[in-house]
Amino acid sequence: MPRRDDIESILVIGSGPIVIGQACEFDYSGTQACRVIKEEGYRVILANSNPATIMTDPSVADRTYVEPLVREVLASIVEIERPDAILPTLGGQTALNLMMELVEAGTLEEFGVEVIGARPDAVAIAENRDKFKAAMEEIGLDVPTSGFARSIDDVEAIAERIGYPIMLRPSYILGGAGTGIVTNKDDLLRLARAGLAASPVAEILVERSIAGWKEYELEVMRDCADNCVVICSIENFDPMGVHTGDSITVAPAQTLTDVEYQAMRNDAFSCIRRVGVETGGSNVQFAVDPASGRRLIVEMNPRVSRSSALASKATGFPIAKIAAKLAIGYRLEEIQNDITRVTPASFEPTIDYVVTKIPRWAFEKIPGSVPELGTRMQSVGEVMAIGRTFCESLQKAIRSLEQGRAGLNADASERELDSIAIDELLRNITQATPERVFEIESAIRRGVDLSTLNALSGIDPWFLAQIARITEERRRLELHFSRVSDERLEAPSGDRARARAVLNLGAEELRRAKRLGFSDAQIAYLAGADEDSVRSERLALGVVPTYKTVDTCGSEFEAFTPYHYSTYEDEDEVQPSSRKTVVILGSGPNRIGQGIEFDYCCVHASIALREAGYETVMVNCNPETVSTDYDTSDRLYFEPLTKEDVLNVIAAETRANSLPSGPETKIAGVIVSLGGQTPLKLSHAIPSELILGTSPASIDLAEDRGAWSALCLRLGIQQPPGGTATTTREALLIAKEVGYPVLVRPSYVLGGRAMEIVYDDDGTRRVMDGLLGRSATSSRREELGSLLKEGGVSAERPVLVDRFLEDAVEVDVDALRDRDGETLIAGVMEHVEEAGVHSGDSACALPPQTLSEAVITQLESHTRALADALEVRGLLNVQFACKGTEVYVIEANPRASRTVPFVAKATGAAIAKAAARIMVGATLLELRADGTLPSDAVGTVKCLGHVSMKEAVLPFDRFPGADTLLGPEMRSTGEVMGIDTTFGLAFAKSQLAAGGGLPLKGTVLFSLADRDKPAGLEVAREFTRLGFSLAATFGTAAFLRDNAVPVETLVAKVGEERLAADAVDLISSGKIQLVVNTPRGRGSRSDGIQIRSAALASKVPCLTTLAAARAAAAGISDRGSDPFSVAALQDLHNFEPL
Amino acid sequence: MTTSTERGSEHGGLDRVPMDLSSHERERALLVLADGEVFEGEAAGALRDVALGELVFNTAMSGYQEVITDPSYAGQVVAFTYTHIGNYGVSKEDSESAHSFCNGVITRDITPQPSSWRATEGFETFLIANGVPAICGIDTRRLTRHIRESGAMPCAFGTISKSALQDVAESLGNFADPGLVDRVTTPTRYEIGGGPLRVAVYDFGVKRSMLGQLAAVATLNVVPANTPADEVLAWEPDGVFLSNGPGDPSVLEKPIAAASDLLGKVPVFGICLGHQIIGLALGGRTYKLAFGHHGCNHPVQHLSTGHVEITSQNHNYAVDVSTVRGAELTHVNLNDGVTEGMEMRSANAFSVQYHPEAAPGPHDSYYLFRRFVDEIESRRSRVIRGGPR
Repeated sequence: MPRRDDIESILVIGSGPIVIGQACEFDYSGTQACRVIKEEGYRVILANSNPATIMTDPSVADRTYVEPLVREVLASIVEIERPDAILPTLGGQTALNLMMELVEAGTLEEFGVEVIGARPDAVAIAENRDKFKAAMEEIGLDVPTSGFARSIDDVEAIAERIGYPIMLRPSYILGGAGTGIVTNKDDLLRLARAGLAASPVAEILVERSIAGWKEYELEVMRDCADNCVVICSIENFDPMGVHTGDSITVAPAQTLTDVEYQAMRNDAFSCIRRVGVETGGSNVQFAVDPASGRRLIVEMNPRVSRSSALASKATGFPIAKIAAKLAIGYRLEEIQNDITRVTPASFEPTIDYVVTKIPRWAFEKIPGSVPELGTRMQSVGEVMAIGRTFCESLQKAIRSLEQGRAGLNADASERELDSIAIDELLRNITQATPERVFEIESAIRRGVDLSTLNALSGIDPWFLAQIARITEERRRLELHFSRVSDERLEAPSGDRARARAVLNLGAEELRRAKRLGFSDAQIAYLAGADEDSVRSERLALGVVPTYKTVDTCGSEFEAFTPYHYSTYEDEDEVQPSSRKTVVILGSGPNRIGQGIEFDYCCVHASIALREAGYETVMVNCNPETVSTDYDTSDRLYFEPLTKEDVLNVIAAETRANSLPSGPETKIAGVIVSLGGQTPLKLSHAIPSELILGTSPASIDLAEDRGAWSALCLRLGIQQPPGGTATTTREALLIAKEVGYPVLVRPSYVLGGRAMEIVYDDDGTRRVMDGLLGRSATSSRREELGSLLKEGGVSAERPVLVDRFLEDAVEVDVDALRDRDGETLIAGVMEHVEEAGVHSGDSACALPPQTLSEAVITQLESHTRALADALEVRGLLNVQFACKGTEVYVIEANPRASRTVPFVAKATGAAIAKAAARIMVGATLLELRADGTLPSDAVGTVKCLGHVSMKEAVLPFDRFPGADTLLGPEMRSTGEVMGIDTTFGLAFAKSQLAAGGGLPLKGTVLFSLADRDKPAGLEVAREFTRLGFSLAATFGTAAFLRDNAVPVETLVAKVGEERLAADAVDLISSGKIQLVVNTPRGRGSRSDGIQIRSAALASKVPCLTTLAAARAAAAGISDRGSDPFSVAALQDLHNFEPL
Repeated sequence: MTTSTERGSEHGGLDRVPMDLSSHERERALLVLADGEVFEGEAAGALRDVALGELVFNTAMSGYQEVITDPSYAGQVVAFTYTHIGNYGVSKEDSESAHSFCNGVITRDITPQPSSWRATEGFETFLIANGVPAICGIDTRRLTRHIRESGAMPCAFGTISKSALQDVAESLGNFADPGLVDRVTTPTRYEIGGGPLRVAVYDFGVKRSMLGQLAAVATLNVVPANTPADEVLAWEPDGVFLSNGPGDPSVLEKPIAAASDLLGKVPVFGICLGHQIIGLALGGRTYKLAFGHHGCNHPVQHLSTGHVEITSQNHNYAVDVSTVRGAELTHVNLNDGVTEGMEMRSANAFSVQYHPEAAPGPHDSYYLFRRFVDEIESRRSRVIRGGPR
């Protein structure tokens, strides 16, 4: 059946902000879907609150609503746009849930909107544990059995039904109390009692234990004619018990015989047929008993998922694109495989390599979190690597993580691991953690046999044996190097001599190590040489990588999509190129501080440069992104972003640009300034003449404290006073000179890593000890461990100590400057939270709301002066702190900042595209002329008649025990945007979009730090004026009452033995609708943490700064009781589609 | 489960216990194609000196054991495009025949240690026990691309010199070995199965899984490839099944003649080589594909329903359906339009080029065995009702 003609317009729902469990994979899938259905001639209406997405670019859909993803707002959009159909299967769980809410509210029926992609009744079966179980049993498939218990009687009843062994898991617990596996009734009752007591909601999950079983996933597609295919099979390295999003996973499945695999495939098809997924992609998860092969169906997702993004990148089969086509009526065989161009999409990809995905966690960013993996997903991003063997792909994936590891051990970081006593190491291995794979290699190297490791970890012996191959190869190298160094005892020492050891290794030996994924850095570590020497010796031996192609078919058919990965084989498949080539280095795995915003910039660069006639080459290793879609750039290299791998790509592209027998032809250049810190850190490894845009020298100037201060002084721009220190003594001296509080932070880090505000000498000592690796507490050492791995403190990487400006307003300015020296101010953003809260965690408004014209003028002129002084060619971001009329510059980054997509969405100016063009020589004048920028974008991009608000989305609900307090270290995973006519409305929308909609009435609980009390008075009055009643803790209440503000409820903090209501009880019993709690400093955790935790658990909005509380009052006031109005970006910007 | 080498040792005070997991040191070996293309690798399996045969590549990611024991691969050297081969070892019940008939195996990597609760032995042990020579460490993707461009061709691999290997590969010349089916067919007839129907099976190299499908519903009389039709008819079968098998179908004079005699007399179902023999028996033409279809992911459309089946395939030859008397195209390969199935209504016969019994591969096409039974039963009921023979 060809495309449906009975519908004309389709509403696509995006997935909203990046949160743990729902990341930019849904931008990738949503963008693909929107493009496909638009190409097919439908009118596409898109709703998504996340401004950092490609899908919300005004050119992707016909109507783009950057609005909160809540039912009421969606209903307004439906009412305005009257779509014929709604496609909810490409925006994750968010979109699916919204669709179900719209169905239940009758909205879709009222406006005659058809659900395509997955029927509501199918979704209802897949999402409901009981219905799903019944449906599977009906078709003869086994599911894990479980039930929720609220009493000991319930526990017994469920246990009776499901049988032993039983896994007990109390709901919402901290630190695993009452969790465990039991095999008899006595243990069951004992543990269940503990669990019920530990759970704040007195609820416990009683489940037949399948921990330790093997876990698999199949990515399945079905069309309207009931044709079903498996796109990819995935086997988890970590067994059941670790969330699949937190597991290392491998494609294709490795240890299933064909008999077992086909039976699983049959089950998967039976499952989606029974659930009733009529068209599109689904993901079906299985658990397999390693001892008997018994197979259970664990769950299915009737939609495109994180795994399907991975499967798409792993196979080259674009699941989301095809799912969208199936939803509009096509059948699989009517769709062409883009890669081969001759075969249809109705087939099952076969691959001739191994794909490994490793999650990236951020435990070090979340104080109080425990780095243990379990059934709740905690990772914030992931990397994927491709190699011809598992060993190669695993080691490539590890170095893609950018956590200072050169591969599976054989680097400096292994020493700590190797120093752990064997008993402790083996104990550690029983618990899944981010370190476990390294611990296993260490254990194998120390002679622990694989059956022991299998018993302790549940990891399949196949994977363990493959790791043992890496260990074995390392042994051979070590043995060789030790022989060589013995021989060379007489020879002159020094790196040159030691590097010769590699040459002695011989090309064949070296190649064997490279084929198992060893990096030059690992070989250098083992040889006691430096990486550069190894590289040059390796090149001299002619051991260079070859690039193979991901083609869906194991090379059975010719591939037309140059999607490459490196490996050490005979044949290289990179085709010659005759156009000017620009290599764009991507941003690697999502992490806190570096996320989708940078992928957005890289994708825009690729689009803009392709339009301008360049051939673009993308290098990245993040499978969730649009940048790693095979048709975003002319060529895609799915590679780690390390010096070795990037230089190899540049060499391959140089070969492609050169005639076979002619002289070497250089590529046009490399873009390092759009992907965040990841590519920027590589700029010194790349020949400087190849770096496009602002010179590395200027980038260094902005980072080098001394030179930067001198520059500011010369330009007459004020900085907060401060200095650099490499010792605690120096830090104390600086603090004494500039006065407390001071901001202490390491240089060259991202997202405010380990940044702290300290108020006294003790604080300074504590922070410096931590940074110098001398911390007294092991948890603190752990927190900083990864930082130390990344380089630690040295003369080149000193600690910065600056006067902290209390109560200053922080401002971000983004600007563009071209080769002629013209500078365009793209956006001035005023932060809602005061200075001291990391800019990435702060809400900000564009245009600024409280700054005077004079201050704005000063900000702009400082920005221009800095842009000129740094000779910026492209983007510049400057952060300022404004106190009254005084403007201080905090830092400047001559690169893309995370605010770039927000500015672009707020103003309609495509500044990332413009920046890429500027880097290859275009001027702002030319960009205005060709329509890349608005024709009136001269001097400053014009702000239109609306206010845009960016709000951060924080991951605390994933980390029981974490403090929700904002500070100088960034914690947010994503952002949302609220657009409306006033500041208050835009703020209120942004809160709603971020998941904490503001109440319109009820009780506000105030608990303020002393220094905030005077300013808090006005805010409290405002809430009273708006009709709220107030509750307050003792000190705050006394202050408010003294100042004639009525406080109805007096609240005791936990531990306060007074006759008053308990804060936690009030919050959890639903008597508080909003919490304003401003604690002070770090360390004084006791005052507010229980209040904030209770608010988090009860999903009560909790504002931790007065500025946010003020903005909330404004929002509530502006909104009144009216529903939000909605507007499409196309109307706001009078956007003309290209 | 086959796990580690060093079992049972206390991990407590272990120091550095030497490991012996690895692949033993392998001897260097070369693979040389008839056109002179050379690949470097390492000797594996039962390789001694030299192995040779027609080179084909298979794109299945699982099912290496079924492939290696499929008699249709007789005379061929199979290169697996998937890199890790041997992951789950070998399980006795998954073999498609009692022996291995392929001339050799080419892989990128052989797993040193298998893992599966079903495994009865390791992959390389199996290769050695079955006398299958192998070469590993090969850039199998380069090899596959080369065959894709240049077509299937003879090859030789071994530990002897490059020039000697090349001489061997070239000497294979146009390699249509007419004796392949004779090598793999059963020497004597035998009966298996206990179903109510009676089906005669021509064994041209029949896979066990085909017999399994048929034996579930019929008593089978499995006969050698060159059995004349009258001998088969004398057993009074309800239907005749023509199996898969190796090599060029056009050289199989006796089986073609027997098929001519049988068609129209009893319902006939043919798979792969059996399908080609039916085509030839009805005056049709077969031809050789550039590099054949060998894998588990080929989309085949069933024309009468429009449904797409993902199929298991293993053939180098194909039938030109337009040349077959009374044949109607029923199944087509969506990748390249090759005939995958046909029906001869007047002869009461149907056949498919691909492998509905799978093993390895998807089970999407099991229905064809049911259909054969339906054909037989509907004819029986007609006969009983006194209809035309």
